[in-house]
Amino acid sequence: MIKYDKTKGLTDKKTHYCPGCTHGILHKVVAEVLEEMKLLDHTVGIASVGCSVYAYDYFNCDMQQAPHGRACAVATGVKRVLPDRVVFTYQGDGDLASIGIAETIHAANRGENITVIFANNAIYGMTGGQMAPTTLQGQKTTTSMLGRDSKTQGFPIKVCEMLSQLDGPAYIERVTLTSPQAIKKAKASIKKAFTYQQEGRGFTLIEVLSTCPVNWGMSPVEAMTWVNEEMTKVFPLGIFKDVHHD
Amino acid sequence: MAKQLLKGNQAIALAAVQAGVDAFFGYPFTPQNEVPEYLSYYLPQAGKVFLQAESEVAAINMVYGAAGAGKRVMTSSSSVGIALKQEGISYIAGAELPCLIVSVMRGGPGLGGIQPSQADYYQATRGGGNGDYHVIVLAPESIQETIDLIKEGFDIADIYRNPVMILIDGLIGQMMESVDLDKPVKKRALPSKDFATIGTAYHTGRNVVNSLYLDPASLEKHNLELQAKYEKVRQNEVAFELIDMENAEYVIVAYGSSSRIARSAMLMLKAQGIHVGMIRPISLWPFPHQAFKQIPQTCKGILVVEMSLGQMIDDVEIANQGRFPIAFYGRTGGIVIDPVEIKDAILHYEKWVRHHD
Repeated sequence: MIKYDKTKGLTDKKTHYCPGCTHGILHKVVAEVLEEMKLLDHTVGIASVGCSVYAYDYFNCDMQQAPHGRACAVATGVKRVLPDRVVFTYQGDGDLASIGIAETIHAANRGENITVIFANNAIYGMTGGQMAPTTLQGQKTTTSMLGRDSKTQGFPIKVCEMLSQLDGPAYIERVTLTSPQAIKKAKASIKKAFTYQQEGRGFTLIEVLSTCPVNWGMSPVEAMTWVNEEMTKVFPLGIFKDVHHD
Repeated sequence: MAKQLLKGNQAIALAAVQAGVDAFFGYPFTPQNEVPEYLSYYLPQAGKVFLQAESEVAAINMVYGAAGAGKRVMTSSSSVGIALKQEGISYIAGAELPCLIVSVMRGGPGLGGIQPSQADYYQATRGGGNGDYHVIVLAPESIQETIDLIKEGFDIADIYRNPVMILIDGLIGQMMESVDLDKPVKKRALPSKDFATIGTAYHTGRNVVNSLYLDPASLEKHNLELQAKYEKVRQNEVAFELIDMENAEYVIVAYGSSSRIARSAMLMLKAQGIHVGMIRPISLWPFPHQAFKQIPQTCKGILVVEMSLGQMIDDVEIANQGRFPIAFYGRTGGIVIDPVEIKDAILHYEKWVRHHD
């Protein structure tokens, strides 16, 4: 018999996430990793602004809530004064790749010894489904109602590809959560990122292609399929940087 | 230690080191660049953190993170840079974290200029960030006082868990004066930083640094608690100097560089047989309203002197409560006032009186 225990890495607070959204899975995976690595009581997490703003209520460790886009700067402040603690940020694509892209790039470039969990669902979820920097070409959102047009609205920004050009990052990978196998793989990647942080190797970022069924106008199953069939075309999965193998 | 000749910006760096600053996060901004430059030399040697951030916005958010982790943290910048930091300052106030911000004012608006100015009084005392919050603002008029207030400012920030701003202008930052770095300052009992996010292994419960209260009733309660704290600051931290107030015919109100220049004007006027006193606010927020009760009945009018076109004058009007006429003399754009101009403004007082009807 397999007994299932809820991870100690999450509080008992009920999450506010919509049905079918992958934030819940991602929270669980990150929390399980921290618990399994026995890091929970030495960790400071940084919540961002967006759907995951309440992450400070869910992760069962010390937390700071950062201003919109500033999570990597706040994490830098914490890590620099507490270098022996584990510091991670949990950010969406609007937060990390739009308003906070400068903080992200420079934290990566400094090789800040932090771990960034980047949930990319190609849309602004919390504010009501507006176009994100990661929104796909032709994707309809509440601020690109005719579909995103690169002529006037630019292209989906590829964070892993961009950051992997820098010398600072130690580990950068893009994963999904669309199947049990994928979740297992994502968990191993996140574990590797935290292990690298423990080893003092520098900046680690795991981009997790995530779903937003409500704002995408899809069922949870359709949303999972869309991640696999559409998002991965623009955002291919894989390891973009790994100092261990460079 | 004996007295030594120090430039203002270097003195700021040395005072911060003496005050036990754990970390400095900043971005180059004229005319205060010597502050981060010296700290980039001093702090790493002392095993402390110096980090040049990618932006003013990042710098203040690094301050937020490190302050939330319970460390003694500071940043410094100038006018436009302080404008960029306002979001972070509001968060720091909202999350009730202590930090020290040195603001070296230059001319504005916009990119303005790099010469000394006092045009950021509103920015400092009213706050450019959102919400019902206050920054404690201290305005020294000399390099010695800057050193002393930096040391006291860190303690005040810790006691009230609130940002403290040291507000000077480029003149104080750039000039050299004889100072005693070891001059004792007021000793204060500091609270423990039991709010700090340092990992749950190091404290009971779970610490969260946060300024989000989506429930209006909770947010109102939080704001009322902040206001109660600000009331304590008003009761305990008002600082000002009264100079030659007895039987004064006129009273000048000036802070920082302007008050030093006004001192020279007062001496010139004294030589002409005109007795002028001065109220020098040291804490700009909380503003020293009580000082105005000590203006003698012999006073024919108040002259507010600022290196701006009139910002502190609003607080003077509130403090004066209509008792005396109020005149204003100021220069702006980076022009430093000549004492002769202040002397003349007193001699032709009526010309400078501000009327509201």
